[in-house]
Amino acid sequence: MPIGSPPPPAGPAAAGPAGASAPAAAPRAARGPRRGAGGRFPRSERLAPYLLVAPAVLVIAVFRLYPLALGVNFSFTGDGDRNGRAVGWDNYAALFADPLFIASMRNVGLLVLLLPVAVAIPGALATFLYLRVPGHRVYRSVYFFPAVLSPVIIGAIFNLLLAFDGPVNALLGAVGAGPVDWLGDPGVAMFAVVGVHIWATFGMSLVVFLAGFATLDASLIDAARVDGASLPGVVRHVIFPGLSRTIQFVFVTTMIGMLTSMFGLLYVMTGGGPEGSTYLPEYYIWFQQGQMGRPALASAASTVLFGLMLVVGTAQIAVLRRVGRED
Amino acid sequence: MTPLRAGRWLAAIPMAALAIATVYPLVFTANVAMKTRHEYVLDRFAPAEGLRWDAFATAWTSADMGRYLANSLITVTGAVALLLLLGSMAGFALSRLRFRGSRLLFLACLSALFIPFQVIMVPLARTMGQVGLIDTYPGLILAYTAQFLPFTVFLMTGYYSGIPSEIVDAARIDGNSVYGVYGRIMLPLGRPALLSVGILNALFCWNDVLIALLMMPSAEHRTLMVGVTALRGQYSADIPTFAGGVLIAAVPVLVLYLCFQRQITAGVTAGSTKG
Repeated sequence: MPIGSPPPPAGPAAAGPAGASAPAAAPRAARGPRRGAGGRFPRSERLAPYLLVAPAVLVIAVFRLYPLALGVNFSFTGDGDRNGRAVGWDNYAALFADPLFIASMRNVGLLVLLLPVAVAIPGALATFLYLRVPGHRVYRSVYFFPAVLSPVIIGAIFNLLLAFDGPVNALLGAVGAGPVDWLGDPGVAMFAVVGVHIWATFGMSLVVFLAGFATLDASLIDAARVDGASLPGVVRHVIFPGLSRTIQFVFVTTMIGMLTSMFGLLYVMTGGGPEGSTYLPEYYIWFQQGQMGRPALASAASTVLFGLMLVVGTAQIAVLRRVGRED
Repeated sequence: MTPLRAGRWLAAIPMAALAIATVYPLVFTANVAMKTRHEYVLDRFAPAEGLRWDAFATAWTSADMGRYLANSLITVTGAVALLLLLGSMAGFALSRLRFRGSRLLFLACLSALFIPFQVIMVPLARTMGQVGLIDTYPGLILAYTAQFLPFTVFLMTGYYSGIPSEIVDAARIDGNSVYGVYGRIMLPLGRPALLSVGILNALFCWNDVLIALLMMPSAEHRTLMVGVTALRGQYSADIPTFAGGVLIAAVPVLVLYLCFQRQITAGVTAGSTKG
């Protein structure tokens, strides 16, 4: 396999420009396949492009697209005694009669409500970093670090921090507030987990915001500064309008992150408890499939989750379309 | 001092506080891992009396972290190699070769970006079980590859789109076959993107717990992250060892981050600015 090995000698005509342009070509996002002029083949190589694409397309088709269809189909069959038999909408009826699933959907609602907070925090921080707050370089590296740690590690660490006699309650005690049973109180636990999720992932949105800032016209901000604009004024009139696309993008990716990457935290921190108060659809799917042996019911929950994802995904495509037009 | 500059200094205070809040959890955990159980029970906040590595050693041997680390290394290496190979092949063809159906194939790859693992995990586990891939290294490697391939194809297609067609043309005129262009030109030229995408994929696979739980049910096949989830039950009365085990799992990521911070952030933002 040629990966990682030094490049084999290329023809002199190719090596010159190739070597020269390598550093210039920064990662650029795809806009769809562009037809290069390098695509005319002799008869013997007509199949070459297909052979190059085939492995990737096969893996994606067999292990991503086909299971999706299989799962939707599966959600209309029965579990246990009725294994494999068509049961119509029974699983969906059971789903919406299950208090655990209702609790998980209520928590999705909570995530939607907390979404603006999860976007505003990295947005505000990125603004300060962009305005060259003293020490901004260090902050950027520090803030991003938790984003590369596994939710499992984060959750395990916060199990210690949020323990009843742990540091967070000690800090609260120091300012005179009573200890909180962060992971044991059904009214608090979900907020605690979402808080940890935001703590762990805001660095990701932060660098996306900073990439957006890099495209802003700096002379506009300089002009505002020369005119003596206040910080809130600069934010409202220069930064907000210039970053609308980035803000939309972060909204969508943050929502997707909340819906699909909190399993590790839930698994380690609460296991869905106390009293089922920290269930999310992804955890419910895992629970019904792995613990309760009800894969068909789990498939119905998967289909509902996919519906949610479609709504978010459609929003994303709409945003991308607009980006394409504005360019 | 202009108002803006005053605002900057004001902002620096909460930002410094947040930076401390970001670092403190790790420092606290490291400090706990250096303590004896007795020290921990007496006072969990005071600095440890010295650098003691017992907790790490215990976690490594008695909690089997060494074996889990090997499992993680095997699967992550396999998956990343496969992802880079398939992703660069497809990215090259989709961006730089003209053929019927390329647009449709690109969209098919892209659409899978919107299918989270939780949505397909039940049927996937069943299919993998039917072909005998559950609880095997190839099964987990394949599951990781399928999970992160759409993202990889997307980024590699985008990267290769930015490489001038003239380079491909020149190589063709020199008598290279399509495969020759891929192996001699595109792979070496793609190294910055392959490095960035490879590191990101390594992080994704390394950090995963859900896919590993589903595909590798037996205890001896646990990956490191699944091993960490098991620590809690094993060492609920021995918190320093628990903290040591957690840190063993965190250190490789810390090293990777310190070495490749630029590539990681480049990969994360690549999809955002131009959509």
